Amino acid sequence: MNLWVLILNYLKSRPLNTALNILLLALGIAMISILVVFNRQFQEKITSNSKGIDLVVGAKGSPMQLILCNIFHVDFPTGNIRLVEAERVARHRLVKRAIPLALGDNYRGFRIIGTSHDYADLYDAKLSQGSLWKEPMEVVIGSDVARALQLSLGSQFTSSHGLSDETHAHDEQQFVVKGILQKANNVVDNLILTGVESIWQVHAVHDETTSSEQSPVRDSSGSSLVPSVAQGDSSKEITAMLVQYRSAMGAIQLPRWVNSQSSLQAASPAFETARLFSILGVGVDILKGFAAVLVFISALSIFIALYNSLKERRYDLAIMRSMGASRTKVFISVLLEGTVLALAGAVVGIVLAHSVMAGISMFVQEARMAGISSLVFYPEEGLILAGSLLLGVVCSMLPAWQAYRIDISRVLAGA
Amino acid sequence: MITVSSLSYAYPSGETLFFPDFNVPRGKSCLLLGNSGTGKTTLLHLMGGLLRIQKGRVEIDGLDIAKVSESALDRFRGGHIGFVFQRNHLISALSVKRNLLMAPFLAGLPQDEGRVEEVLAQLGLWEKKNARVSELSQGQAQRVAIARAVLNKPSVIFADEPTSALDDHNCSRVIQLLLNVSRQNDCTLVVATHDHRLKSVIPTQVELYAKKHPA
Repeated sequence: MNLWVLILNYLKSRPLNTALNILLLALGIAMISILVVFNRQFQEKITSNSKGIDLVVGAKGSPMQLILCNIFHVDFPTGNIRLVEAERVARHRLVKRAIPLALGDNYRGFRIIGTSHDYADLYDAKLSQGSLWKEPMEVVIGSDVARALQLSLGSQFTSSHGLSDETHAHDEQQFVVKGILQKANNVVDNLILTGVESIWQVHAVHDETTSSEQSPVRDSSGSSLVPSVAQGDSSKEITAMLVQYRSAMGAIQLPRWVNSQSSLQAASPAFETARLFSILGVGVDILKGFAAVLVFISALSIFIALYNSLKERRYDLAIMRSMGASRTKVFISVLLEGTVLALAGAVVGIVLAHSVMAGISMFVQEARMAGISSLVFYPEEGLILAGSLLLGVVCSMLPAWQAYRIDISRVLAGA
Repeated sequence: MITVSSLSYAYPSGETLFFPDFNVPRGKSCLLLGNSGTGKTTLLHLMGGLLRIQKGRVEIDGLDIAKVSESALDRFRGGHIGFVFQRNHLISALSVKRNLLMAPFLAGLPQDEGRVEEVLAQLGLWEKKNARVSELSQGQAQRVAIARAVLNKPSVIFADEPTSALDDHNCSRVIQLLLNVSRQNDCTLVVATHDHRLKSVIPTQVELYAKKHPA
């Protein structure tokens, strides 16, 4: 016999009431904890995906769309820009590195990105098998692509036009897998990388009349962005270009300079993601408010449960006092009961939150693509646990105080 | 063993009761007789340390219980005094065995399961040790309450109207049970009652009157 046995038996003697209290608190805690974990993971993903990219240069349109499309690969392109114009930006003295991106095709929902080897380098992508692409139509695939589509070195596939599945297929051109990347926990895991030339080659077949003829070489040196193409080739287009500044001066001068060009637009990932957060923040705040209301109601419910059970239990407590229990002991027993209830609610809530996230990341493709994991725990969750312990203590303070002050003689005399 | 001298108690309402002086030797039993309103329960609670003594002396086992601190009194109650109340209140959330183990647990004494089985056997409840309290009959519940009172081998058992709600047959069974376990466990038994059927069983008696003035 000890205090824990006593408390657990008291909780077990009112199973429905106990279950209701735990469930109520668990729902509130689960909601808070889901918000915390999603928010954290989302921010971490965004930071790691936009790391090292100071500016995205693309066609005019929505700057946020430009970022979403070219960094996170979730939205559609704003349009194409001409390679010549991109080269002019890339040659600017404040640009340290410029990486071309050509989008437009997918293979079963996974985007095929035409780019340079710098792109793999930017994300520190390491090969687990094979090598990077050398010739057009050779691809390197992210680890999630390899796993989801069961592709291995040497596998061949044809792409579909567009960025989502089940559209017009480019049956004539076969891509071949040359390399598979290690899991990096960023956007590269879900991409198929290839040279810019591959994208041109696939599309050249059906806009044969306009751009299939090889442009005459006007300069002996190749393009700085796509070396196989002559510098100043006016027939080629790309979707966007990722830019790294040489110095902090770039942040001040470059966007304005790019935006002043008639056909180009520059968008800063840092600025646009901050804007995205502030837009999402409103929804998150409403959900947080709702969760706070749930937690408050469950606190009230725990308080009422203890308060009511104390009325029934006055005689129990008086008997316990008559058997030698001190005031402090009965005070602690009521306090512990509330705290155990709150702690159980919090633990169930956090388990619930992570199960819900496991379900979401398993069944919702966007969440899986974003790499949301249910097995990551954050210090905030420790804070939630501590907070609910405190909540339990606060809720049971008044009932415990009443237990402390109980007049044994009056209760036992039946007054 | 128990000595009461010049004891009085003032209720919050202002009414004051004066109690007679008396003395109960170790191992003996004593009846506190009186009609309702004569302060039987108050006297019992004063002697058992459930009410603080305002005036006068109560000595139990050589300890003047008016002089000790509240927490010392709690400890003293746990180790030296057992109570049997009119309502046999058991903790319904716990099994019979755990109800009994509450006695040493709350008193801060070692919990001896052998002692629990011994007392249950003395009261013919051995086969009920794992039963839920709600499964017990009225009589069985009363026997469990008596078992709980003697479990810590107290020097005194205070019983408040243990028989007044019972018929003649059960009345004599319960009082015999109380006398037997007190003897077996070497306790002094003090029974407060208005039940005159007990007069013939316990010869040592203290009569209480509603005395508003000192004797």
